[in-house]
Amino acid sequence: MDNFHKRFRNFNNFITSKFVFLNGILSIIVLGLILAFLIYNSLKFFTAYPIFDFLGGREWLPGSDTPKFGLLPLLVGSAIVSFGAIIIAVPLGVGAAIYIGELAPQPLREILKPVIEVLASIPSVVIGFIGMTLLSDFVKNLFDLSTGLTALTGSIMLAFMSLPTIVSISEDAIHAVPDRYRFASIALGADRWQTTYKTVVPAASSGIIAAIMLGLGRVIGETMTVLMVTGNSPRLVFSWLQPVRTITATIAAEMGETVQGGLHYSALFAIGLILFLITFCVNLTADRFVNRIREMG
Amino acid sequence: MRKRIFIQKFFYILLLLTTFIVVIFVFGIIIYLIVKGGKAISWEFLSEKPSNGMREGGILPAIIGTLYLVLGTLIFSLPIGIFSAIYLNEYANKNRLTRVIRLSIVNMAGVPSVIFGLFGLGFFVIFLGLGRSIISGSLTLALLILPIVITSAEEALKNVPDTYRNASLALGATKWQTITRIILPQALPGIITGAVLGIGRAAGETAPILFTVAVFYQPNLPKSIFNQAMALPYHLFALITQVADAPEDKKWGTALVLLILVLFFSVIAAVIRTRLRMKKRVRL
Repeated sequence: MDNFHKRFRNFNNFITSKFVFLNGILSIIVLGLILAFLIYNSLKFFTAYPIFDFLGGREWLPGSDTPKFGLLPLLVGSAIVSFGAIIIAVPLGVGAAIYIGELAPQPLREILKPVIEVLASIPSVVIGFIGMTLLSDFVKNLFDLSTGLTALTGSIMLAFMSLPTIVSISEDAIHAVPDRYRFASIALGADRWQTTYKTVVPAASSGIIAAIMLGLGRVIGETMTVLMVTGNSPRLVFSWLQPVRTITATIAAEMGETVQGGLHYSALFAIGLILFLITFCVNLTADRFVNRIREMG
Repeated sequence: MRKRIFIQKFFYILLLLTTFIVVIFVFGIIIYLIVKGGKAISWEFLSEKPSNGMREGGILPAIIGTLYLVLGTLIFSLPIGIFSAIYLNEYANKNRLTRVIRLSIVNMAGVPSVIFGLFGLGFFVIFLGLGRSIISGSLTLALLILPIVITSAEEALKNVPDTYRNASLALGATKWQTITRIILPQALPGIITGAVLGIGRAAGETAPILFTVAVFYQPNLPKSIFNQAMALPYHLFALITQVADAPEDKKWGTALVLLILVLFFSVIAAVIRTRLRMKKRVRL
Protein backbone atom coordinates (compact mmCIF):
# COMPACT_ATOMS: atom_id res chain seq x y z
CA MET A 1 0.00 0.00 0.00
CA ASP A 2 2.72 2.34 1.04
CA ASN A 3 4.65 1.38 -2.03
CA PHE A 4 1.62 2.01 -4.21
CA HIS A 5 1.14 5.37 -2.60
CA LYS A 6 4.70 6.32 -3.25
CA ARG A 7 4.51 5.24 -6.84
CA PHE A 8 1.27 7.19 -7.30
CA ARG A 9 2.95 10.26 -5.91
CA ASN A 10 5.88 9.85 -8.21
CA PHE A 11 3.58 9.42 -11.17
CA ASN A 12 1.64 12.50 -10.10
CA ASN A 13 4.82 14.52 -9.81
CA PHE A 14 5.82 13.36 -13.26
CA ILE A 15 2.51 14.36 -14.86
CA THR A 16 2.34 17.75 -13.20
CA SER A 17 5.92 18.63 -14.07
CA LYS A 18 5.30 17.69 -17.71
CA PHE A 19 2.09 19.71 -17.74
CA VAL A 20 3.81 22.74 -16.24
CA PHE A 21 6.69 22.34 -18.69
CA LEU A 22 4.25 22.39 -21.59
CA ASN A 23 2.84 25.69 -20.36
CA GLY A 24 6.35 26.98 -19.85
CA ILE A 25 7.38 26.47 -23.43
CA LEU A 26 4.06 27.72 -24.79
CA SER A 27 5.47 31.15 -25.59
CA ILE A 28 8.07 29.54 -27.83
CA ILE A 29 5.34 27.51 -29.51
CA VAL A 30 3.10 30.54 -30.02
CA LEU A 31 5.90 32.64 -31.44
CA GLY A 32 6.83 29.76 -33.74
CA LEU A 33 3.20 29.29 -34.80
CA ILE A 34 2.83 32.99 -35.58
CA LEU A 35 5.88 32.87 -37.83
CA ALA A 36 4.74 29.58 -39.39
CA PHE A 37 1.27 30.89 -40.20
CA LEU A 38 2.59 34.14 -41.63
CA ILE A 39 4.85 32.15 -43.94
CA TYR A 40 2.20 29.54 -44.74
CA ASN A 41 -0.40 32.13 -45.69
CA SER A 42 2.01 34.24 -47.72
CA LEU A 43 3.40 31.28 -49.72
CA LYS A 44 0.77 31.73 -52.40
CA PHE A 45 1.81 35.34 -52.87
CA PHE A 46 5.53 34.59 -53.00
CA THR A 47 5.04 31.86 -55.59
CA ALA A 48 2.63 33.82 -57.78
CA TYR A 49 4.20 37.27 -57.60
CA PRO A 50 7.83 37.99 -58.58
CA ILE A 51 9.77 38.72 -55.41
CA PHE A 52 11.75 41.61 -56.87
CA ASP A 53 8.56 43.32 -58.02
CA PHE A 54 7.42 43.00 -54.42
CA LEU A 55 10.55 44.16 -52.60
CA GLY A 56 11.46 46.83 -55.15
CA GLY A 57 7.97 47.75 -56.38
CA ARG A 58 7.08 51.42 -56.21
CA GLU A 59 3.33 50.98 -56.51
CA TRP A 60 0.76 49.36 -54.23
CA LEU A 61 -2.38 48.92 -56.32
CA PRO A 62 -4.14 45.79 -55.07
CA GLY A 63 -7.51 46.67 -56.59
CA SER A 64 -6.58 47.38 -60.22
CA ASP A 65 -7.01 44.96 -63.14
CA THR A 66 -3.34 44.05 -63.06
CA PRO A 67 -2.79 44.33 -59.31
CA LYS A 68 0.57 45.66 -58.17
CA PHE A 69 2.01 44.82 -54.79
CA GLY A 70 5.08 47.01 -54.38
CA LEU A 71 6.39 47.08 -50.83
CA LEU A 72 8.32 50.36 -51.07
CA PRO A 73 5.48 52.87 -50.56
CA LEU A 74 4.35 51.08 -47.40
CA LEU A 75 7.87 50.48 -46.09
CA VAL A 76 8.81 54.12 -46.68
CA GLY A 77 5.51 55.19 -45.09
CA SER A 78 6.27 53.15 -41.98
CA ALA A 79 9.86 54.41 -41.90
CA ILE A 80 8.92 58.09 -42.26
CA VAL A 81 6.23 57.98 -39.60
CA SER A 82 8.36 55.95 -37.15
CA PHE A 83 11.48 58.04 -37.67
CA GLY A 84 9.53 61.23 -37.05
CA ALA A 85 7.93 59.77 -33.95
CA ILE A 86 11.28 58.73 -32.46
CA ILE A 87 12.83 62.15 -33.23
CA ILE A 88 10.02 63.75 -31.23
CA ALA A 89 9.77 61.12 -28.50
CA VAL A 90 13.45 60.73 -27.57
CA PRO A 91 14.11 64.26 -26.28
CA LEU A 92 10.74 64.41 -24.55
CA GLY A 93 10.94 60.91 -23.08
CA VAL A 94 14.57 60.90 -22.00
CA GLY A 95 14.19 64.47 -20.68
CA ALA A 96 11.19 63.51 -18.61
CA ALA A 97 12.94 60.35 -17.39
CA ILE A 98 16.00 62.35 -16.25
CA TYR A 99 13.77 64.85 -14.50
CA ILE A 100 11.71 62.17 -12.76
CA GLY A 101 14.66 59.94 -11.93
CA GLU A 102 17.26 62.50 -10.86
CA LEU A 103 15.71 65.83 -10.03
CA ALA A 104 12.11 65.45 -8.94
CA PRO A 105 11.48 65.23 -5.20
CA GLN A 106 10.36 61.75 -4.08
CA PRO A 107 6.60 62.47 -3.66
CA LEU A 108 6.43 64.09 -7.12
CA ARG A 109 8.24 61.10 -8.59
CA GLU A 110 5.66 58.73 -7.14
CA ILE A 111 2.89 60.73 -8.81
CA LEU A 112 4.53 61.48 -12.16
CA LYS A 113 5.42 57.94 -13.13
CA PRO A 114 1.92 56.45 -12.81
CA VAL A 115 0.47 59.51 -14.58
CA ILE A 116 2.71 58.92 -17.59
CA GLU A 117 1.97 55.21 -17.49
CA VAL A 118 -1.76 55.97 -17.73
CA LEU A 119 -0.98 57.15 -21.25
CA ALA A 120 -0.07 53.55 -22.14
CA SER A 121 -3.55 52.36 -21.29
CA ILE A 122 -5.45 54.87 -23.43
CA PRO A 123 -6.76 52.84 -26.39
CA SER A 124 -5.15 53.60 -29.73
CA VAL A 125 -8.51 54.34 -31.39
CA VAL A 126 -9.11 57.07 -28.83
CA ILE A 127 -5.66 58.57 -29.46
CA GLY A 128 -6.33 58.33 -33.19
CA PHE A 129 -9.67 60.09 -32.80
CA ILE A 130 -8.04 62.94 -30.87
CA GLY A 131 -5.36 63.18 -33.55
CA MET A 132 -7.95 63.29 -36.33
CA THR A 133 -10.05 66.00 -34.76
CA LEU A 134 -7.60 68.26 -32.91
CA LEU A 135 -4.10 67.74 -34.26
CA SER A 136 -4.93 67.37 -37.96
CA ASP A 137 -6.57 70.82 -38.10
CA PHE A 138 -3.59 72.29 -36.30
CA VAL A 139 -1.12 70.71 -38.74
CA LYS A 140 -3.25 71.72 -41.69
CA ASN A 141 -3.38 75.38 -40.67
CA LEU A 142 0.21 75.57 -39.47
CA PHE A 143 1.70 74.39 -42.77
CA ASP A 144 -1.16 75.60 -44.95
CA LEU A 145 -1.89 72.14 -46.38
CA SER A 146 -4.92 70.76 -48.18
CA THR A 147 -5.25 67.99 -45.60
CA GLY A 148 -4.02 67.68 -42.04
CA LEU A 149 -3.86 63.89 -42.21
CA THR A 150 -0.14 63.54 -42.87
CA ALA A 151 2.89 61.52 -41.84
CA LEU A 152 3.76 64.30 -39.38
CA THR A 153 0.37 64.02 -37.66
CA GLY A 154 1.00 60.30 -37.26
CA SER A 155 4.53 60.90 -35.97
CA ILE A 156 3.34 63.29 -33.28
CA MET A 157 0.58 60.99 -32.01
CA LEU A 158 2.87 57.95 -32.11
CA ALA A 159 5.58 59.86 -30.25
CA PHE A 160 3.20 60.35 -27.34
CA MET A 161 2.12 56.72 -27.50
CA SER A 162 5.71 55.53 -27.21
CA LEU A 163 6.49 57.89 -24.31
CA PRO A 164 5.25 55.64 -21.47
CA THR A 165 7.64 52.90 -22.62
CA ILE A 166 10.56 55.28 -23.11
CA VAL A 167 10.04 57.24 -19.89
CA SER A 168 9.33 54.24 -17.70
CA ILE A 169 12.27 52.08 -18.77
CA SER A 170 14.78 54.98 -19.02
CA GLU A 171 13.77 56.13 -15.57
CA ASP A 172 14.27 52.62 -14.17
CA ALA A 173 17.74 52.59 -15.69
CA ILE A 174 18.61 56.03 -14.28
CA HIS A 175 17.26 55.06 -10.90
CA ALA A 176 19.35 51.87 -10.94
CA VAL A 177 22.63 53.78 -11.24
CA PRO A 178 24.35 53.24 -7.86
CA ASP A 179 24.60 56.30 -5.63
CA ARG A 180 28.35 55.88 -5.28
CA TYR A 181 28.70 57.09 -8.89
CA ARG A 182 26.98 60.33 -7.92
CA PHE A 183 28.94 60.75 -4.71
CA ALA A 184 32.21 60.16 -6.51
CA SER A 185 31.34 62.71 -9.17
CA ILE A 186 30.32 65.33 -6.65
CA ALA A 187 33.40 64.64 -4.52
CA LEU A 188 35.50 65.41 -7.59
CA GLY A 189 33.95 68.87 -7.71
CA ALA A 190 31.21 68.41 -10.30
CA ASP A 191 27.92 70.15 -9.68
CA ARG A 192 24.62 68.30 -9.79
CA TRP A 193 23.88 68.94 -13.44
CA GLN A 194 27.38 67.89 -14.50
CA THR A 195 26.97 64.74 -12.41
CA THR A 196 23.67 64.03 -14.12
CA TYR A 197 24.77 64.37 -17.70
CA LYS A 198 28.39 63.29 -17.46
CA THR A 199 28.07 60.43 -14.99
CA VAL A 200 24.51 59.22 -14.44
CA VAL A 201 23.18 59.39 -18.00
CA PRO A 202 26.20 57.62 -19.55
CA ALA A 203 26.01 54.97 -16.84
CA ALA A 204 22.33 54.43 -17.64
CA SER A 205 22.83 54.60 -21.41
CA SER A 206 22.24 50.88 -22.04
CA GLY A 207 18.85 51.13 -20.38
CA ILE A 208 18.01 54.33 -22.20
CA ILE A 209 18.88 52.76 -25.55
CA ALA A 210 16.82 49.68 -24.67
CA ALA A 211 13.92 51.99 -23.79
CA ILE A 212 14.22 53.80 -27.12
CA MET A 213 14.36 50.51 -29.04
CA LEU A 214 11.28 49.19 -27.25
CA GLY A 215 9.52 52.50 -27.94
CA LEU A 216 10.51 52.17 -31.58
CA GLY A 217 9.07 48.65 -31.64
CA ARG A 218 5.80 49.98 -30.32
CA VAL A 219 5.80 52.81 -32.91
CA ILE A 220 6.46 50.53 -35.89
CA GLY A 221 3.71 48.13 -34.83
CA GLU A 222 1.05 50.70 -33.97
CA THR A 223 -1.93 50.23 -36.23
CA MET A 224 -5.18 52.00 -35.48
CA THR A 225 -3.77 55.44 -34.74
CA VAL A 226 -1.73 55.58 -37.94
CA LEU A 227 -4.64 54.19 -39.91
CA MET A 228 -6.76 57.08 -38.69
CA VAL A 229 -4.36 60.02 -38.83
CA THR A 230 -1.87 59.49 -41.65
CA GLY A 231 -4.31 59.93 -44.51
CA ASN A 232 -4.17 56.41 -45.93
CA SER A 233 -2.50 57.07 -49.23
CA PRO A 234 -0.23 54.22 -50.40
CA ARG A 235 1.91 56.40 -52.68
CA LEU A 236 5.67 56.60 -52.53
CA VAL A 237 6.45 59.99 -50.97
CA PHE A 238 9.38 61.24 -48.97
CA SER A 239 7.75 64.04 -47.05
CA TRP A 240 6.32 64.49 -43.61
CA LEU A 241 3.67 66.86 -44.91
CA GLN A 242 1.88 64.42 -47.20
CA PRO A 243 -0.50 61.56 -46.56
CA VAL A 244 1.19 58.15 -46.34
CA ARG A 245 0.19 54.60 -45.51
CA THR A 246 2.15 52.30 -43.22
CA ILE A 247 2.45 48.50 -43.38
CA THR A 248 0.25 48.07 -40.32
CA ALA A 249 -2.47 50.40 -41.60
CA THR A 250 -2.52 48.61 -44.96
CA ILE A 251 -3.19 45.26 -43.31
CA ALA A 252 -5.94 46.68 -41.11
CA ALA A 253 -7.58 48.66 -43.90
CA GLU A 254 -7.52 46.06 -46.66
CA MET A 255 -7.97 42.69 -44.95
CA GLY A 256 -11.71 43.24 -44.70
CA GLU A 257 -12.16 43.58 -48.45
CA THR A 258 -10.03 40.64 -49.62
CA VAL A 259 -11.16 37.22 -50.80
CA GLN A 260 -9.97 34.60 -48.35
CA GLY A 261 -7.10 32.66 -49.89
CA GLY A 262 -6.75 35.09 -52.82
CA LEU A 263 -3.61 36.85 -53.99
CA HIS A 264 -4.41 40.10 -52.18
CA TYR A 265 -5.16 38.20 -48.96
CA SER A 266 -1.88 36.37 -49.27
CA ALA A 267 -0.04 39.63 -50.05
CA LEU A 268 -1.27 41.13 -46.77
CA PHE A 269 0.18 38.17 -44.90
CA ALA A 270 3.43 38.73 -46.80
CA ILE A 271 3.71 42.34 -45.63
CA GLY A 272 2.72 41.07 -42.17
CA LEU A 273 5.71 38.74 -42.34
CA ILE A 274 8.00 41.66 -43.25
CA LEU A 275 6.58 43.66 -40.34
CA PHE A 276 7.06 40.72 -37.97
CA LEU A 277 10.70 40.34 -39.00
CA ILE A 278 11.38 44.07 -38.57
CA THR A 279 9.88 44.24 -35.07
CA PHE A 280 11.58 40.96 -34.15
CA CYS A 281 14.99 42.47 -34.95
CA VAL A 282 14.18 45.66 -33.07
CA ASN A 283 13.11 43.67 -30.01
CA LEU A 284 16.16 41.43 -30.11
CA THR A 285 18.37 44.51 -30.20
CA ALA A 286 16.47 45.98 -27.27
CA ASP A 287 16.92 42.73 -25.35
CA ARG A 288 20.69 42.88 -25.92
CA PHE A 289 20.80 46.25 -24.18
CA VAL A 290 18.49 45.12 -21.38
CA ASN A 291 20.89 42.26 -20.65
CA ARG A 292 23.79 44.65 -20.60
CA ILE A 293 22.12 46.57 -17.74
CA ARG A 294 21.73 43.32 -15.79
CA GLU A 295 25.39 42.54 -16.24
CA MET A 296 26.32 46.02 -14.98
CA GLY A 297 24.10 45.73 -11.91
CA MET B 1 30.92 79.67 -11.35
CA ARG B 2 27.94 81.84 -12.12
CA LYS B 3 27.92 80.42 -15.63
CA ARG B 4 27.76 76.90 -14.26
CA ILE B 5 24.80 77.72 -12.07
CA PHE B 6 23.11 79.36 -15.02
CA ILE B 7 23.67 76.28 -17.18
CA GLN B 8 22.29 74.06 -14.44
CA LYS B 9 19.19 76.23 -14.05
CA PHE B 10 18.67 76.29 -17.79
CA PHE B 11 18.75 72.52 -18.13
CA TYR B 12 16.62 71.95 -15.05
CA ILE B 13 13.94 74.17 -16.49
CA LEU B 14 14.21 72.44 -19.85
CA LEU B 15 13.79 69.00 -18.27
CA LEU B 16 10.90 70.22 -16.16
CA LEU B 17 9.33 71.52 -19.34
CA THR B 18 9.58 68.17 -21.15
CA THR B 19 7.97 66.42 -18.19
CA PHE B 20 5.31 69.10 -18.14
CA ILE B 21 4.49 68.58 -21.84
CA VAL B 22 4.00 64.86 -21.32
CA VAL B 23 1.81 65.32 -18.26
CA ILE B 24 -0.27 68.03 -19.95
CA PHE B 25 -0.86 65.68 -22.88
CA VAL B 26 -2.17 62.93 -20.58
CA PHE B 27 -4.47 65.19 -18.60
CA GLY B 28 -5.42 67.09 -21.75
CA ILE B 29 -6.77 63.95 -23.42
CA ILE B 30 -8.66 62.78 -20.35
CA ILE B 31 -10.21 66.17 -19.58
CA TYR B 32 -11.07 66.82 -23.22
CA LEU B 33 -12.82 63.44 -23.46
CA ILE B 34 -14.74 64.04 -20.25
CA VAL B 35 -15.90 67.47 -21.44
CA LYS B 36 -16.82 66.33 -24.96
CA GLY B 37 -18.14 62.88 -24.13
CA GLY B 38 -19.83 63.72 -20.85
CA LYS B 39 -22.71 65.38 -22.66
CA ALA B 40 -23.55 62.25 -24.62
CA ILE B 41 -23.63 59.86 -21.72
CA SER B 42 -27.08 59.14 -20.42
CA TRP B 43 -28.93 56.06 -19.28
CA GLU B 44 -30.38 55.63 -22.77
CA PHE B 45 -26.92 55.84 -24.33
CA LEU B 46 -25.66 53.02 -22.11
CA SER B 47 -28.74 50.81 -22.20
CA GLU B 48 -30.04 50.97 -25.77
CA LYS B 49 -29.06 49.43 -29.06
CA PRO B 50 -27.86 51.69 -31.83
CA SER B 51 -30.52 52.58 -34.37
CA ASN B 52 -30.89 54.44 -37.66
CA GLY B 53 -27.55 53.21 -39.01
CA MET B 54 -25.67 53.99 -35.76
CA ARG B 55 -26.81 57.62 -35.76
CA GLU B 56 -29.23 57.23 -32.86
CA GLY B 57 -29.67 55.06 -29.82
CA GLY B 58 -26.96 53.75 -27.56
CA ILE B 59 -24.00 51.42 -27.38
CA LEU B 60 -25.22 48.58 -25.17
CA PRO B 61 -24.28 45.71 -27.55
CA ALA B 62 -20.76 47.10 -27.89
CA ILE B 63 -20.33 47.29 -24.10
CA ILE B 64 -21.68 43.76 -23.64
CA GLY B 65 -19.49 42.45 -26.47
CA THR B 66 -16.37 43.97 -24.95
CA LEU B 67 -17.23 42.51 -21.54
CA TYR B 68 -17.64 39.05 -23.11
CA LEU B 69 -14.29 39.41 -24.84
CA VAL B 70 -12.58 40.57 -21.68
CA LEU B 71 -14.01 37.64 -19.73
CA GLY B 72 -12.99 35.16 -22.42
CA THR B 73 -9.50 36.64 -22.57
CA LEU B 74 -9.16 36.28 -18.81
CA ILE B 75 -10.35 32.66 -18.85
CA PHE B 76 -7.81 31.70 -21.50
CA SER B 77 -4.81 33.75 -20.45
CA LEU B 78 -4.88 33.44 -16.65
CA PRO B 79 -4.36 29.65 -16.25
CA ILE B 80 -1.79 29.45 -19.05
CA GLY B 81 0.00 32.51 -17.69
CA ILE B 82 0.09 31.15 -14.15
CA PHE B 83 1.39 27.71 -15.15
CA SER B 84 3.92 29.27 -17.46
CA ALA B 85 5.18 31.43 -14.60
CA ILE B 86 5.22 28.41 -12.26
CA TYR B 87 7.42 26.61 -14.73
CA LEU B 88 9.83 29.53 -15.02
CA ASN B 89 10.06 30.22 -11.30
CA GLU B 90 9.65 26.79 -9.68
CA TYR B 91 10.83 24.22 -12.21
CA ALA B 92 13.13 25.72 -14.83
CA ASN B 93 16.87 25.32 -14.53
CA LYS B 94 19.19 28.07 -15.61
CA ASN B 95 19.86 26.64 -19.02
CA ARG B 96 19.64 27.51 -22.65
CA LEU B 97 15.97 26.51 -22.95
CA THR B 98 14.98 28.87 -20.16
CA ARG B 99 16.89 31.65 -21.86
CA VAL B 100 15.03 30.97 -25.11
CA ILE B 101 11.67 30.94 -23.28
CA ARG B 102 12.41 34.32 -21.72
CA LEU B 103 13.52 35.68 -25.06
CA SER B 104 10.27 34.47 -26.65
CA ILE B 105 8.21 36.14 -23.95
CA VAL B 106 10.03 39.44 -24.50
CA ASN B 107 9.61 39.11 -28.25
CA MET B 108 5.96 38.13 -27.99
CA ALA B 109 5.35 41.30 -25.99
CA GLY B 110 6.80 43.24 -28.91
CA VAL B 111 4.80 41.59 -31.69
CA PRO B 112 2.50 44.26 -33.18
CA SER B 113 -1.16 43.79 -32.33
CA VAL B 114 -2.14 43.68 -35.99
CA ILE B 115 0.11 40.60 -36.40
CA PHE B 116 -1.86 38.92 -33.63
CA GLY B 117 -4.94 39.82 -35.64
CA LEU B 118 -3.49 38.16 -38.74
CA PHE B 119 -2.50 35.10 -36.73
CA GLY B 120 -5.93 34.90 -35.12
CA LEU B 121 -7.52 35.04 -38.55
CA GLY B 122 -5.19 32.42 -40.03
CA PHE B 123 -5.12 30.05 -37.07
CA PHE B 124 -8.27 30.33 -34.94
CA VAL B 125 -10.78 31.60 -37.49
CA ILE B 126 -9.76 29.56 -40.53
CA PHE B 127 -7.36 26.74 -39.57
CA LEU B 128 -9.22 25.62 -36.44
CA GLY B 129 -12.53 26.53 -38.03
CA LEU B 130 -13.80 28.58 -35.11
CA GLY B 131 -15.03 31.29 -37.49
CA ARG B 132 -15.30 34.94 -36.66
CA SER B 133 -16.54 34.53 -33.12
CA ILE B 134 -16.15 35.59 -29.52
CA ILE B 135 -13.99 32.54 -28.88
CA SER B 136 -11.59 33.39 -31.73
CA GLY B 137 -11.35 36.98 -30.56
CA SER B 138 -10.81 35.99 -26.93
CA LEU B 139 -8.08 33.51 -27.84
CA THR B 140 -6.32 36.12 -29.99
CA LEU B 141 -6.48 38.72 -27.22
CA ALA B 142 -5.35 36.12 -24.67
CA LEU B 143 -2.16 35.50 -26.66
CA LEU B 144 -1.63 39.25 -26.92
CA ILE B 145 -1.68 39.76 -23.15
CA LEU B 146 0.04 36.49 -22.23
CA PRO B 147 3.49 38.13 -21.81
CA ILE B 148 2.01 40.65 -19.35
CA VAL B 149 0.31 37.89 -17.35
CA ILE B 150 3.38 35.62 -17.30
CA THR B 151 5.80 38.39 -16.33
CA SER B 152 3.70 39.70 -13.46
CA ALA B 153 2.81 36.19 -12.21
CA GLU B 154 6.49 35.28 -12.18
CA GLU B 155 7.30 38.45 -10.28
CA ALA B 156 4.62 37.53 -7.71
CA LEU B 157 5.96 33.98 -7.33
CA LYS B 158 9.48 35.33 -6.91
CA ASN B 159 8.31 37.45 -3.99
CA VAL B 160 7.14 34.43 -1.99
CA PRO B 161 10.04 33.75 0.44
CA ASP B 162 11.89 30.45 0.08
CA THR B 163 11.26 29.69 3.77
CA TYR B 164 7.64 28.94 2.81
CA ARG B 165 8.74 26.41 0.20
CA ASN B 166 11.24 24.74 2.51
CA ALA B 167 8.82 24.54 5.43
CA SER B 168 6.15 22.94 3.26
CA LEU B 169 8.54 20.43 1.71
CA ALA B 170 9.97 19.59 5.15
CA LEU B 171 6.46 18.71 6.32
CA GLY B 172 6.30 16.07 3.61
CA ALA B 173 4.25 17.90 0.98
CA THR B 174 5.06 17.22 -2.65
CA LYS B 175 6.32 19.97 -4.88
CA TRP B 176 2.93 20.24 -6.51
CA GLN B 177 1.11 20.44 -3.16
CA THR B 178 3.56 23.12 -2.06
CA ILE B 179 2.87 25.12 -5.18
CA THR B 180 -0.92 24.88 -5.16
CA ARG B 181 -1.53 25.19 -1.40
CA ILE B 182 1.30 27.41 -0.17
CA ILE B 183 2.88 29.43 -2.94
CA LEU B 184 -0.07 30.24 -5.19
CA PRO B 185 -2.31 31.65 -2.43
CA GLN B 186 0.57 33.87 -1.33
CA ALA B 187 1.23 35.09 -4.85
CA LEU B 188 -2.40 35.46 -5.89
CA PRO B 189 -2.85 39.23 -5.43
CA GLY B 190 0.23 39.93 -7.53
CA ILE B 191 -0.97 37.52 -10.21
CA ILE B 192 -4.41 39.13 -10.30
CA THR B 193 -2.83 42.58 -10.67
CA GLY B 194 -1.03 41.47 -13.80
CA ALA B 195 -4.12 39.80 -15.22
CA VAL B 196 -6.24 42.90 -14.64
CA LEU B 197 -3.62 45.11 -16.32
CA GLY B 198 -3.62 42.67 -19.20
CA ILE B 199 -7.37 42.63 -19.74
CA GLY B 200 -7.39 46.42 -19.48
CA ARG B 201 -5.10 46.39 -22.49
CA ALA B 202 -7.23 43.75 -24.22
CA ALA B 203 -10.40 45.82 -23.74
CA GLY B 204 -8.93 48.75 -25.66
CA GLU B 205 -7.38 46.85 -28.56
CA THR B 206 -8.91 47.13 -32.02
CA ALA B 207 -6.49 45.57 -34.49
CA PRO B 208 -6.58 42.00 -33.07
CA ILE B 209 -10.40 41.87 -33.07
CA LEU B 210 -10.82 43.49 -36.46
CA PHE B 211 -10.67 40.19 -38.40
CA THR B 212 -11.45 37.73 -35.61
CA VAL B 213 -14.70 38.82 -33.98
CA ALA B 214 -15.81 42.39 -34.49
CA VAL B 215 -18.98 43.11 -36.41
CA PHE B 216 -20.20 46.51 -37.54
CA TYR B 217 -23.77 46.08 -36.40
CA GLN B 218 -25.68 43.22 -34.84
CA PRO B 219 -29.32 43.64 -33.89
CA ASN B 220 -29.30 40.95 -31.19
CA LEU B 221 -26.87 40.34 -28.39
CA PRO B 222 -24.57 37.34 -29.02
CA LYS B 223 -26.14 34.08 -27.83
CA SER B 224 -23.11 31.82 -27.82
CA ILE B 225 -19.33 32.03 -27.88
CA PHE B 226 -19.45 31.10 -31.55
CA ASN B 227 -21.32 34.29 -32.46
CA GLN B 228 -19.70 37.45 -33.67
CA ALA B 229 -20.01 40.46 -31.39
CA MET B 230 -19.82 44.21 -31.46
CA ALA B 231 -17.03 45.69 -29.34
CA LEU B 232 -16.41 49.20 -28.02
CA PRO B 233 -13.09 49.98 -29.71
CA TYR B 234 -14.29 48.73 -33.07
CA HIS B 235 -17.63 50.50 -32.65
CA LEU B 236 -15.79 53.78 -32.08
CA PHE B 237 -13.58 53.13 -35.11
CA ALA B 238 -16.62 52.33 -37.26
CA LEU B 239 -18.48 55.44 -36.06
CA ILE B 240 -15.52 57.63 -36.96
CA THR B 241 -14.53 56.14 -40.30
CA GLN B 242 -17.52 54.29 -41.75
CA VAL B 243 -20.69 56.06 -40.72
CA ALA B 244 -21.28 59.18 -42.78
CA ASP B 245 -22.44 62.13 -40.66
CA ALA B 246 -22.46 60.21 -37.39
CA PRO B 247 -23.27 62.67 -34.61
CA GLU B 248 -20.18 64.02 -32.87
CA ASP B 249 -21.52 63.45 -29.37
CA LYS B 250 -22.07 59.72 -30.05
CA LYS B 251 -18.40 59.39 -31.05
CA TRP B 252 -17.08 61.27 -28.03
CA GLY B 253 -19.49 59.44 -25.74
CA THR B 254 -18.27 56.07 -27.02
CA ALA B 255 -14.64 57.17 -26.65
CA LEU B 256 -15.29 58.26 -23.07
CA VAL B 257 -17.05 55.00 -22.12
CA LEU B 258 -14.14 53.04 -23.59
CA LEU B 259 -11.61 55.15 -21.71
CA ILE B 260 -13.50 54.79 -18.43
CA LEU B 261 -13.69 51.01 -18.88
CA VAL B 262 -9.97 50.72 -19.59
CA LEU B 263 -8.95 53.08 -16.77
CA PHE B 264 -11.29 51.17 -14.43
CA PHE B 265 -9.10 48.08 -14.88
CA SER B 266 -5.95 50.14 -14.27
CA VAL B 267 -7.42 51.54 -11.07
CA ILE B 268 -8.37 48.06 -9.81
CA ALA B 269 -4.84 46.86 -10.52
CA ALA B 270 -3.37 49.88 -8.73
CA VAL B 271 -5.60 49.32 -5.69
CA ILE B 272 -4.63 45.65 -5.40
CA ARG B 273 -0.97 46.57 -5.77
CA THR B 274 -1.13 49.26 -3.07
CA ARG B 275 -2.93 46.95 -0.63
CA LEU B 276 -0.34 44.32 -1.33
CA ARG B 277 2.47 46.73 -0.52
CA MET B 278 0.83 47.80 2.74
CA LYS B 279 0.37 44.18 3.80
CA LYS B 280 4.02 43.44 3.17
CA ARG B 281 5.10 46.42 5.22
CA VAL B 282 3.07 45.17 8.17
CA ARG B 283 4.57 41.69 7.94
CA LEU B 284 8.09 43.09 7.97
